[in-house]
Amino acid sequence: MNLDELNEMAEGVRAADTGIAHEVRVCMAASCQSSGAGPVLDGLREAAPSTGCRVKGVGCMGLCSAGPLVAVAPMDGGEPVLYRDVKAEDAQAIACSIGTAPVERLRLPNDLPFFSRQQKIVLENSGVIDPNSFKGYIAVGGYSAMVQALTEMTPAEVLAEVTTSGLRGRGGGGYPTGLKWSTVAKMPAEQKFVICNADEGDPGAFMDRAILESDPHRVIEGMAIAAYAVGATRGYVYVRAEYPLAVERLKTAIRKAKRSGFLGAHICDTQFSFEVEVRLGAGAFVCGEETALMASIEGLRGQPRPRPPYPAEAGLWGHPTLINNVETFANIAPILLRGGEWFAGIGTERSKGTKVFALAGTIRNTGLIEVPMGTRLRDIIEVIGGGIPDGRAFKAVQTGGPSGGCLPAAHLDIPVDYDSLRELGTIMGSGGMIVMDETSSMVDVARYFMEFCMTESCGKCIPCRAGTQQMHDILKTIAKGRGTRADLALLEELCEVVQATSLCGLGQTAPNPVLSTLRHFRVEYEDKLAATSA
Amino acid sequence: MPLPAPQPQVRVVTLKIDGQDVSAREDETIIEVARENRVPIPSLCYLEGLSVWGACRLCVVEIAGTDRLLAACSTRVTEGMQVITNSERLQRYRRTIVELLFAERNHVCSVCVSNGHCELQTLAQRCGVDHVKVPYRHARYEVDSSHDLFRLDHNRCVLCTRCVRVCDEIEGAHTWDVMGRGTDCRVITDLARPWGDSGSCTSCGKCVQVCPTGALVRHGTSVGEMTKDLKFLPYLSRRRHGQ
Ligand SMILES: Cc1cc2nc3c(=O)[nH]c(=O)nc-3n(C[C@H](O)[C@H](O)[C@H](O)COP(=O)(O)O)c2cc1C
Ligand code: SF4
Ligand code: SF4
Repeated sequence: MNLDELNEMAEGVRAADTGIAHEVRVCMAASCQSSGAGPVLDGLREAAPSTGCRVKGVGCMGLCSAGPLVAVAPMDGGEPVLYRDVKAEDAQAIACSIGTAPVERLRLPNDLPFFSRQQKIVLENSGVIDPNSFKGYIAVGGYSAMVQALTEMTPAEVLAEVTTSGLRGRGGGGYPTGLKWSTVAKMPAEQKFVICNADEGDPGAFMDRAILESDPHRVIEGMAIAAYAVGATRGYVYVRAEYPLAVERLKTAIRKAKRSGFLGAHICDTQFSFEVEVRLGAGAFVCGEETALMASIEGLRGQPRPRPPYPAEAGLWGHPTLINNVETFANIAPILLRGGEWFAGIGTERSKGTKVFALAGTIRNTGLIEVPMGTRLRDIIEVIGGGIPDGRAFKAVQTGGPSGGCLPAAHLDIPVDYDSLRELGTIMGSGGMIVMDETSSMVDVARYFMEFCMTESCGKCIPCRAGTQQMHDILKTIAKGRGTRADLALLEELCEVVQATSLCGLGQTAPNPVLSTLRHFRVEYEDKLAATSA
Repeated sequence: MPLPAPQPQVRVVTLKIDGQDVSAREDETIIEVARENRVPIPSLCYLEGLSVWGACRLCVVEIAGTDRLLAACSTRVTEGMQVITNSERLQRYRRTIVELLFAERNHVCSVCVSNGHCELQTLAQRCGVDHVKVPYRHARYEVDSSHDLFRLDHNRCVLCTRCVRVCDEIEGAHTWDVMGRGTDCRVITDLARPWGDSGSCTSCGKCVQVCPTGALVRHGTSVGEMTKDLKFLPYLSRRRHGQ
């Protein structure tokens, strides 16, 4: 199959829709489903006019706090009408409104900054296509990047495009993706693997889940392109078992892609073959760490091992292995279609493209957003997020989960990119963003994340295993107002040792929430001490 | 741990360890070269003849050109590498790590059968740990005395996994494993059954000999009587790996 034939196929799918004037899209991602999107979809299916209209379940539309969300979109490309907090009883009213005046009482204004200030690349199909439909993905130009790569580009050209784009890994580390790919590509080996890391264990993060639930084919397409570029023939998607919907949709997508010849042996009648399997993680945060993840796939205890050697050199069963995050792979198809230069034009000098964030905490609009790198933190929180509810004041924003840190109001005007965040003692991480108001205690926040690291430590190395427990004990004592100056000094010393000597990223970054709150909110610690130790 | 397969034609490189020029085969690790040249690097989980584990973090060293500390047991030498094994900072970190170990479980040396022949004690002395400033945890741990010949005392275990590795890699029985997460980790025999009921244990005693502390000991030893003998290991390891 070449590009023309694929376009023809897409044209065919779209042509079958000519009778349809409106599409009713009901968000069927996990969050909306849990607030009752299922009955809404059923209700709309029943109530909608039988001709000229199609009702379908789609992926995440982003504004999870207002779910269940429904969009009525004219097929001529006009602005969709968005509805919030839809209940099954509202189905009739919405169905009757199609083509006439919208139901004002449920309506979300289209010019809401939450939507208008975003820029969607990774999430462009999210909330638009039916994630369970292979044809739906083809209709919006799906798999054309893969077919283009396989039929018109050499692996080296694909690598060059990804390198030019400046894409950096979205799994937390921010390692340049092009460099990682070319390292694996240069390894001389018979067998290589590609792994998609969908373990997403950070508390508060659900970007990868939403991508898999909303647009699974795009991740598979990214993996296939990567496999072609580095010379791999087998791939694994490692998803945590707590994401049953994502797993189901991913498996459906793999099955359908395979049946249509877009995965498996001789993809699209080319010489390239690529098999993908899904592996489930059993809920250990540390299994998101690449070497532990690979041990887990191999059937061993999910425990990290020292690096080097990096997976690119000796990964799965000792073979060179490319491992990237879900969002990283989701960026690949648009980069090939629109070019690395286009992608590099978005974002900042050293952080290119967009980033998906999961907005959570005490903020009006919680949900999933995608903004260009370099967007000011203030714009994300005050404009897109709608600020803090109930007239309370902003206190801090936590990024990077248990490996990250908290930023105070004084730094709200920084651009969100890898380097600015790192300079201030936090990290981009995978995209969790938790907003806290004046009522939160920073010592409690640090204690919470330390407890998380302590219980998630795999126990292999001493500094992390015993150090996180000691640090947690000290934080607990300080939070209760019983800490002394000596406790605080020991806490700081343990932070340094655990950070410097731990074996894997979990231990190396576990002190970050403490260090960053000590840096920006030290008074809070001191105030708690003052009560007992004068 | 899967290090990349040794290349058929290894080159010899030169590097500096603590300012001393040394030569090494490219496929050797820093700890091997350092010990060959009588530069002492403390370690606990590392044992010549067993696979590299990289967990005790006592052997971390500074390498010029990177801010990260790297474990000497799992890092290969390279041409021109400059290694520092004993800076003030490294000494401080090692002291804290040893303290964390002492505080984690219950090490009461005065009543321990390994007193005087214990690698953890020796380490503490060599690292200058004369007191422990992190609070002792005083958690309760079990003792498994069900085996005819040996006893397992979790109070003294440092989770170095030498027993797991020697049993799997040298004896070939794989009686031992680790279960749990974080500080709940413990070594187990078979599927967490009493050691005495183990169907896979051959009672060879290799685990007891490689255990650095008083966690695995022979029955019938009293305070300070348990000595261990590691001489069998390099020999058996070479035989195992066909050298
Ligand atoms: C404790 C720990 C947990 C991690 N969890 C994840 C995760 O859930 N998802 C992920 O993509 N990367 C995770 N990572 C990072 C991975 O090790 C790896 O760097 C990443 O998957 C590489 O992909 P990227 O280059 O596309 O970012 C984790 C790292 C550590 C140390
Ligand atoms: S740092 Fe923590 S999670 Fe990582 S290997 Fe060590 S004990 Fe395990
Ligand atoms: S194992 Fe070693 S350190 Fe622990 S009590 Fe016995 S002699 Fe002391």
